[in-house]
Amino acid sequence: MSCLQTLSDYGLRSIGYGERLLPKADITLCEQFVLIGSGMIWNIYFAILALLLGFFLSTILALGKNSNFWLFSNFSRTFIFIFRGSPLFIQFFFAYELFVILPKLGVDLDLGFVTITLETRWFTKAWLGALIVLFFNTSAYAGEIFYGALRAVPSQDIESADAFGLTGIKKFKRIIWPTMLRLAWPSYTNEAIFMFHATTLVFFTGFPAWQQKGDAIYYASYFADKTFNPFVPYPIVGFYFILLTLVLIGLFSIINRQLNKHLPSQERKKLKINTHSLIR
Amino acid sequence: MFSYCADPKTLEGLIWLFCYITTVKHMSFYVSFLVVMGLITLAAPLAMAFGFAGAIACRSSIRLFRYLGKTYLAMIRGIPDIVFFLFIPIALDQAFEYLRHKVLCPEVTEAVRQGNDFVVCTAAKLPLSSASEWVHDFYGFSLALLAFGFVFGAFTGNVLLGAMSAVPKAQLETGEAFGFSPRQIFRRILLKQMWVYALPGLSNLWMILIKATPLLFLLGIEDIVYWAKELGGIKTGVYEYPHPDWRAWYFGVLLIFYLLLTYLSQLVFDKLTFRLSLGQATMAGKSN
Repeated sequence: MSCLQTLSDYGLRSIGYGERLLPKADITLCEQFVLIGSGMIWNIYFAILALLLGFFLSTILALGKNSNFWLFSNFSRTFIFIFRGSPLFIQFFFAYELFVILPKLGVDLDLGFVTITLETRWFTKAWLGALIVLFFNTSAYAGEIFYGALRAVPSQDIESADAFGLTGIKKFKRIIWPTMLRLAWPSYTNEAIFMFHATTLVFFTGFPAWQQKGDAIYYASYFADKTFNPFVPYPIVGFYFILLTLVLIGLFSIINRQLNKHLPSQERKKLKINTHSLIR
Repeated sequence: MFSYCADPKTLEGLIWLFCYITTVKHMSFYVSFLVVMGLITLAAPLAMAFGFAGAIACRSSIRLFRYLGKTYLAMIRGIPDIVFFLFIPIALDQAFEYLRHKVLCPEVTEAVRQGNDFVVCTAAKLPLSSASEWVHDFYGFSLALLAFGFVFGAFTGNVLLGAMSAVPKAQLETGEAFGFSPRQIFRRILLKQMWVYALPGLSNLWMILIKATPLLFLLGIEDIVYWAKELGGIKTGVYEYPHPDWRAWYFGVLLIFYLLLTYLSQLVFDKLTFRLSLGQATMAGKSN
């Protein structure tokens, strides 16, 4: 079987297209490469959606932690503490078991003009349940990063904004938020990278890989079990993730350049990967 | 365990609960918390050793060491740690068995890898199939420990390398001016000064290490996650203590356990940072 054939058979296997049965005997290098690459679709799906959604929630959480309003502040602090203080692995397990004991029937949401039936069984599926956990998790980590940056916004900037008569949302949107984002961006880049890494946990927790549609590491461990040779599939996963990390750094440094555009060159912050406190 | 627990079917309310949480299986659950603590206390020094070696290698004057060290420290940034946790125990196991196979059974000429099988002679098996249960457990735990040491060694190496380069150059130059040899400068000045710079990073790593311990479950070790799954599952009437699906509760307990552990560690580290920065030429040191 040629490698092109394998690509069309297994290229989209992880989302349910192509050959149904996974390769069992005489597993070729090409099959490992294609199937693990196919699994990367899930890693990318989880990470991108969680990061996009989390970007907004984390800004809200950072503002909450910084707020004087007791309820808002305490809620944000507790949220951040719970998700940063406990292992993501346990969060996945806990959330899955919670979703399982949710009432099996749909919950009707009456929005006045239309009634939506929330299918609670979807929560036990990885595409939604695990996504929610990852979304909350990245929001907490990024929320802490943004909070730190928010506290570091120079007071002169805020005073000038006041002097110009900017208030409320306008002040936040034009002055505080861009500076906060600029200060937080190097750390946020790291958070994004480790978010991608964290997606590898999903299918090792309660969330089942339905019809063997799993992520990259799910297929890698499948191959390692079948061939009893860990020296091929795991380096392949490593290769894909290094590639992904490089692409991600490229994208984030473009944004970084945009954020730092107005500064003299020696004050610009360079992106640098560090590993502080970002592994779950 | 207690005499009045002899017939669980007749018990009710709090006494039932008390008898339930003191069953033999629950005792194994509590012991597994100690396994987690044991892993943390053993993995931390091991990671320190790996990290120190990595950081030293990065600063070595021999190019090969420098490359090896840098690759080791950089690897962890690009590749998810789970890959290492899954890879290292199997890889080490196969490496050990392969070596033993070569040494102990030189007469066997067939290849070790035959298709999808990894075949070594019986004498080379690790642990020996005749070995008792605890040897198997111990071997599994040791491999897991090495995997943790390796992964966290890379993280620690990054922190230590950063701390070494954060020590003010002037201090090292002073050492040179006093006629210290490079080795003396390293041991008497760099090594003594770097800790205060390394502490924030190391305290973070400690937290990460705590939060990585449930991954023991992936390595097939009967840790707290294993027992939580085991004990929490539905127990039908054939069991002594029947109950519905309680796994969410058990994982809730684990969640609280970890939150407490990280919270307490944070308190300790705050104290330690305060102590170490006393008298240092830093902002924290001056303000005390």
